[in-house]
Amino acid sequence: MAVLRDDRMALRSVDDIIKARQLVRDGAIGQGLSLVDQTKLVTAVSEIARNTLVHGGGGDMRMEILNDGAQRGVRVTFSDQGPGIADIPLAMKDGYSTAGGLGLGLGGTKRLVNEFTIESEPGKGTKVTILRWR
Amino acid sequence: MERIPILKMGPYLLVTIQVDMHDRVAMTLQDELTEQIVRQHASGVLLDISSVNVVDSFIGRMIGNIAGISRVLDAETVVVGMRPAVAITLVELGMALPGIRTALNVDAGMALLKSARKISSNGRLAR
Repeated sequence: MAVLRDDRMALRSVDDIIKARQLVRDGAIGQGLSLVDQTKLVTAVSEIARNTLVHGGGGDMRMEILNDGAQRGVRVTFSDQGPGIADIPLAMKDGYSTAGGLGLGLGGTKRLVNEFTIESEPGKGTKVTILRWR
Repeated sequence: MERIPILKMGPYLLVTIQVDMHDRVAMTLQDELTEQIVRQHASGVLLDISSVNVVDSFIGRMIGNIAGISRVLDAETVVVGMRPAVAITLVELGMALPGIRTALNVDAGMALLKSARKISSNGRLAR
């Protein structure tokens, strides 16, 4: 798998969520994702970036533009050094929320992308990776 | 900070969201719209999101709040002009905006508000 572009940015404020959406939108357009797939990916980015900010106390986002043979995709990784998640399956359930949101952050976001991985441990922060192929 | 204009059109208020909405802008809109519904005696709110290319759960919740607050103030909210890609994404996300009226464009939204007023069965006189 070839990484054609590797961008990183900090997620420190709500303004950064908007910048993150714009960065990933550009990447998705560059990879030729359809409008629906761009919208799904960018919405997923908005959800996870907000989690990084609200629950993780801020963190970093990395966007990689990938080519795997004929497949073209965009992978986005979010990492924070926040309190972490003790029960990941519970956090992935639709309807689960600790921040008074709609509680469809993680479970709903997973449906918007082709690949979704989450690594987290209490006290050690959280890392979420999402990938959308064209 | 940018603000979203609220236009009065007869008994209705028209809000056209044209920016990639910042959280603070969304919260300000919610407050100002609530104030305007009361001040203008509005009976309906048309929320035009035809220029919005991302509706995440935060913005979805704001739309739900606006609809809920306006209903309590005896005004109906119609969300108009949702882009097809946004609609598909919202449903997959698990947020189909239950209880919120939608229309394809501002004209259809206004027709919906007019007919809703006529058949309203809440015992109040139509305004």
